[in-house]
Amino acid sequence: MAANNKIKTYRPGKWSFREGLLSFIPGNATYGTMRSRKARQGVMFILPFIIGFLVFMVRPLCQSLVMSLCSIQLKSGEGYSQTFIGFANYQYALSVDPYFNKRLVEEIGRMAVNVLATLALSFVVAVLLNQKFKGRTLARAIFFLPVILSSGVLPGIESQNEFYNMMQGISQEVANSSGINLSAALQNLLSVSGVGGGLFRILFQMIDSIYDIVMSSGIQIIVFLTGFGAISPSLYEAADVEGCTGWEAFWKITFPMVSPLLLVNCIYTIIDFFMKNDNKVMERINEVMYSQFRFGESAAMSWIYFGVALLFIAVTSFVISKGVHYYEE
Amino acid sequence: MKNKRTRDADHMGFWALNRASGGALVRNKAKAWTISIVRGLLLFGLCFMIIQPLLTRLGTSLMAEKDLYDSTVVLLPRTPTLENYRIVFELTDFPRSMLNTVWTAFVVSVLQVAACTLVGYGFARYDFPLKKLWFGCVVALIVIPPQTIATALYMNFANFDILGLFRRFTGKSVNLHGSFLPYALMSATCMGLKNGLYIYMLRQYFRSVPKALEEAAYMDGCNTLHTFVRIMLPDAVPVILSCFLFSFVWQWTDLFYTRNFLSSMSIYSTQLSTIVSRMGRYFSSNSDVPVIVPAGRQQQLISIGVLVCCVPLIVLYVFTQKTFVQSIVMTGSKE
Repeated sequence: MAANNKIKTYRPGKWSFREGLLSFIPGNATYGTMRSRKARQGVMFILPFIIGFLVFMVRPLCQSLVMSLCSIQLKSGEGYSQTFIGFANYQYALSVDPYFNKRLVEEIGRMAVNVLATLALSFVVAVLLNQKFKGRTLARAIFFLPVILSSGVLPGIESQNEFYNMMQGISQEVANSSGINLSAALQNLLSVSGVGGGLFRILFQMIDSIYDIVMSSGIQIIVFLTGFGAISPSLYEAADVEGCTGWEAFWKITFPMVSPLLLVNCIYTIIDFFMKNDNKVMERINEVMYSQFRFGESAAMSWIYFGVALLFIAVTSFVISKGVHYYEE
Repeated sequence: MKNKRTRDADHMGFWALNRASGGALVRNKAKAWTISIVRGLLLFGLCFMIIQPLLTRLGTSLMAEKDLYDSTVVLLPRTPTLENYRIVFELTDFPRSMLNTVWTAFVVSVLQVAACTLVGYGFARYDFPLKKLWFGCVVALIVIPPQTIATALYMNFANFDILGLFRRFTGKSVNLHGSFLPYALMSATCMGLKNGLYIYMLRQYFRSVPKALEEAAYMDGCNTLHTFVRIMLPDAVPVILSCFLFSFVWQWTDLFYTRNFLSSMSIYSTQLSTIVSRMGRYFSSNSDVPVIVPAGRQQQLISIGVLVCCVPLIVLYVFTQKTFVQSIVMTGSKE
């Protein structure tokens, strides 16, 4: 009976509350065990993270939640005062601020399309780059470049110039009317012949923003490539012996095996999109914070934005995790 | 009979072989060719799309101003000049801002990667109470956009105080705004830019190291620290290096943290983001009347700024590319 108990407590991974507590308090039997010592060492290793998370994440997060419910007045010299005003800041963000809600809706629409397109494109490109051909190293190197080219300050900076944008809009219109624009022409043709509809519009939207999509899919391609590398070759050998064609092997082995990464990539893409520098909502929040010094309002805006992002992530992960196959070893 | 035919295959010509296989040979060849042509076209197109803006920028950057308005000049400048670079260097406070960028990016990414390596190792190789909860926090760190806490952090560092200690001794809190310390602290505690991702990557790698290695080290009398430093770290160098590269690149171009925490320093990315507003002042200073900088010219100067920003990174990447791609594939492999 006693031996049985001992085995039960030594099952790796399971910590009872009492045992966990005891292994950190010196002067009892549990403290000296190998398992407790290991646990303490493990906690030492992740200690930087624990401290950082509590001090620089949990605390500011709570504060910003409080701020979003308060009216903030900067005092001259140092510090600030806050008075509780309930949900007025949220109300301001959603119904008073002239740009916020419009941009929010726009950005969410753009994001939904972009996430789908990014996932599809990065998957196809990763499949292509995973095959053996001449110049593969070079191609891989080039496809990594977007990670550099689309990071931080770089993506938004060139479209920031308003006059230039106007000029570009005009030249775009000229190109459209003179019929050089192939995708617009094709779109017209399809809609005239009755094939069109919402789906095609979305498709054309994707095609038109293909540059942005390629630029934002650097990491996703890498993640998929890692996934392909992780599939054991013996699976393919077995499939080959059984008479699988390459096509079948792709859909029965490759795709299910990397499908968990689909979820990872999806979440990454959503977050990346939300935090991008050329994001209109982010721009607005920064504007409200740095130029108007409305700290409470900007906090409320970020919370709304974060809430929407979280909702999106929750919904997509729920949907995708239904269709994802987890390979258990 | 069948065996004989396969042995004959070596001596048969292509077409005879094809006939013998009932046309399968030609079909397969055609299929392989089609696939590689389609693949080649697709990849070439996409690669071209990535490279082309860089080349255009390079071409435009060398043009004199009058070439910009000359519609017969397309890619190559007619009157090549390096004058534009000089202007951009002056606008972005070049030597100083670049130097600052280099050392801050370096220090910050070293701190971040060091901390993340420790944490990733802890998560991968140790069992401790509440491990799942803490790992959930790592995922939360990846998911929570730093903009959400920007305001609060800004306020925090404007009057920084650890548990009211400073107030007790000096009577007032310390304004850490503009100093390097807050961001260094955040980096050393894994709260920098995308640090959750690095923890995740490193944990993924350390999990794949066989347990036997650790046990052998223990048998030979290695303590925890020795096992980590002597056994685990040397093998992990490629992964750590790639995390470092990610961190370095993202820190280099980062605007968000830089603007929040290093605002008093002259950093290239912030300089670049405000380049337009300084352009007008710069060109006006040479003449008596205020000058409006034409859009094309503005765009050209911005392009140069972008080019200057990413060329060092691209060079760095080209040199480390091999280790990088290898290690990326390694984090995924199970055997």
